[in-house]
Amino acid sequence: MNILELKYTIPGDDFTRAGEASSAIKRKLKQMGFPPDLIRNVSIATYEGEINSVIHANGGSVSVSIDDEAVTIVIEDTGKGIPDIEKAMQEGFSTAPDSVRSLGFGAGMGLPNMKKYTDEIHVESQVGKGTKVTMKCRMT
Amino acid sequence: MNIKELIEKFASGGSPVEIINEADFSRELSCVYCCDLLSVVMGKAPADCAWVTVMGNLNSVAVSVLADISLIVIAENSPIDQNAIDKAREKEVNIIKTKLPIFDMATKIDFWLKK
Repeated sequence: MNILELKYTIPGDDFTRAGEASSAIKRKLKQMGFPPDLIRNVSIATYEGEINSVIHANGGSVSVSIDDEAVTIVIEDTGKGIPDIEKAMQEGFSTAPDSVRSLGFGAGMGLPNMKKYTDEIHVESQVGKGTKVTMKCRMT
Repeated sequence: MNIKELIEKFASGGSPVEIINEADFSRELSCVYCCDLLSVVMGKAPADCAWVTVMGNLNSVAVSVLADISLIVIAENSPIDQNAIDKAREKEVNIIKTKLPIFDMATKIDFWLKK
């Protein structure tokens, strides 16, 4: 049974607002008294997903659901999609433009970080249609 | 060691730091960490660290919040965007600034934290 469900919109092309959803989720999890490590893992994974949506898909949405066993994060967009998911999961592989690199992003760490900080990650993508990333951070 | 104590060490050691935003200087520091690529910082920075960087933008503040970084240390007298300072005030992120290069600042912090 879900204890809580949260939904946020990720605004496109707006780096000044990227992180709003992850900060809000972090605050909520803190209020609910979850362990700091779990909160940190969820926050980092969600922020990376947010940044990816801003860079590659002109925004999207984040939904987080919490039950007794895990925090599940779903990040969805209707952007250009990922042609080769395996390649995108490799550290250092990036298709981000230079404008993004000058901000300190685009190091090819987004999806690898999302994998590192979650217990499960599932990436579905269709070129020209969009991408859906589902992640789980288990309670124990 | 907490942030306040670290700042005092720099003041008495002859290389004072500039305080950009004081949110909670009683916060403890676990270690020092250096990197300018925010995605790498997200993946590697230890919780409660002092993070030495030249990236003084809005996203550095967001990264600090989400990765539980105790203190942002802007090195090389690098510029800090006004919207980053505003965001740091809103999100209660500690920021100091130094004219020292990244390596020099990090080794000094490391020295004091281990003393």
